[in-house]
Amino acid sequence: MSATIPLTAQLINLCASVILLLTFAMLAQRRVMQLINLFALQGFMLFLSTLVVAVTTGQSHLYWSAGLTLLLKALLLPWILNRLMHRLQIKGEVEALINIPTTMLVGIGLVIIAFNVALPISQLSHTITRGTLGIALAVVMLAFLMMITRRKAISQVVGFLSMENGLFLAATSATYGMPMVVELGIALDVLVGALILGVFFFQIRDQFDSLDIHHMERLKDN
Amino acid sequence: MISISGLIGQAFAIALALVLAPLLLGWLGMCRAWLQSRSAPPLWQPYFMLRKLFNKDVVLAETASPLFRFAPFVVFGCMVLACAIIPTLSTDLPLAPAADALALVGVFGLARVFISLAAMDIGTSFGTLGGRREMLIGFLAEPALLMVIFTVAMIAQSTSVATIVETLAHRDFIIYPSLAFAGIAFTFVAFAENARVPVDNPATHLELTMIHEAMILEYSGRHLALIEWAACLKLYAYSCLGLALFLPWGIAERDNFMALVAAIPLLVLKLLVGGFLLALLETVNAKLRIFRAPEYLGTAFLLAVLGLLVRLLLEVKA
Repeated sequence: MSATIPLTAQLINLCASVILLLTFAMLAQRRVMQLINLFALQGFMLFLSTLVVAVTTGQSHLYWSAGLTLLLKALLLPWILNRLMHRLQIKGEVEALINIPTTMLVGIGLVIIAFNVALPISQLSHTITRGTLGIALAVVMLAFLMMITRRKAISQVVGFLSMENGLFLAATSATYGMPMVVELGIALDVLVGALILGVFFFQIRDQFDSLDIHHMERLKDN
Repeated sequence: MISISGLIGQAFAIALALVLAPLLLGWLGMCRAWLQSRSAPPLWQPYFMLRKLFNKDVVLAETASPLFRFAPFVVFGCMVLACAIIPTLSTDLPLAPAADALALVGVFGLARVFISLAAMDIGTSFGTLGGRREMLIGFLAEPALLMVIFTVAMIAQSTSVATIVETLAHRDFIIYPSLAFAGIAFTFVAFAENARVPVDNPATHLELTMIHEAMILEYSGRHLALIEWAACLKLYAYSCLGLALFLPWGIAERDNFMALVAAIPLLVLKLLVGGFLLALLETVNAKLRIFRAPEYLGTAFLLAVLGLLVRLLLEVKA
């Protein structure tokens, strides 16, 4: 039973579970400021779990990707988002399309689906961290849910970034990370994406006097 | 096969619960006062309150039925039983087979039913209001608590609290991620069940917000003393249940006298730290509107379910 799992795998499982917990907290969060803090914390947990995998397997490129995660996802992106939030003077609560308890219930359903889908896949894998594949899939789906149910542009961007976190977790858990080139490419993509979306925020606000993307459904000027 | 040492240990655990429970409340009050930069009441404040109430005469409403007089004793008895079942110092408890963790939830539920009935018995609007709110909180908190217990019971393959503690504390150390979820859910539930800040404010008599206080407005004298003492015991029972499920190290096994002696200061230390954290969480959180309480407890329930799922995914197979 569980006694056979080595300690490092237990640590990775713990990190993955905390990431899932943080994703749920983000889903339940009403305030933008807290949302960004939770996102930073999620990045930090991702860094910890990657570091544990790196130490366990001794693969040097995983150290690099752990460092990249810490720098980019735990420090730089939350800082950019924070600065955007202050410059755009966003205050108050995130508006959700569906109320939060319902969102959480849908979230639980998604977790069940993700766990069931991931089970046969993870049995094909022989890495010590294969159990976390289900969690990674669940994080991706929950981030999707957050993007769908949130109305404000900034929380959609946080959802997008946290989806990338989920993918990264899947990559480290199923295959011990992607090749360095791919990882650097994705990291750069995410960074540039966040910057461009930041510019978009200003454009959206100038155009509609609000960050509510609901307004963008009408394309005609009238 | 009830041993003499078991009986003594059981009696000692109950006596310790009766003595420590008001002190825990006093410690919580002190911590809260410090955190709010007020000068703190003495640690013995709940004892002063109990002595004062026991010395006062009972004033009964004309419309009070026997149930109203009977209820405080039932509530107090339920809480003492709960404290007797939960392993605080040793897992060698002769009373423990009387009720497993599920029945423990039932014992808390029995106390809740009686105190709500008594609150409605007089027929004042406040009592009825309090009773209804208490039942609302209760019916939302109970499933979450049960889910927490299921998660832990699946790890230990038993619903007996003593067996759970033995499994968690005295086998090989394994990190259970599911316990993290269950622990957070349990904290949520413990706040709600003990009428602490995010759900209820124990220090208020404002009619819009009070729940527990609204139910006991009509009580006086020794009845009120028993109910207040029972509230202390409930807080103590929940704290000890949390410690037993999530931090069980240091609770002595059967026939281990030295560990039993060592368990007492460790328990006090755990309660001191736990009480401070409780007060801290209470201070940094604002009281929720009553209509937000279902969301709060729903979150607790979902976290507990998530713990169960994580348990199934990560820990069972492999």
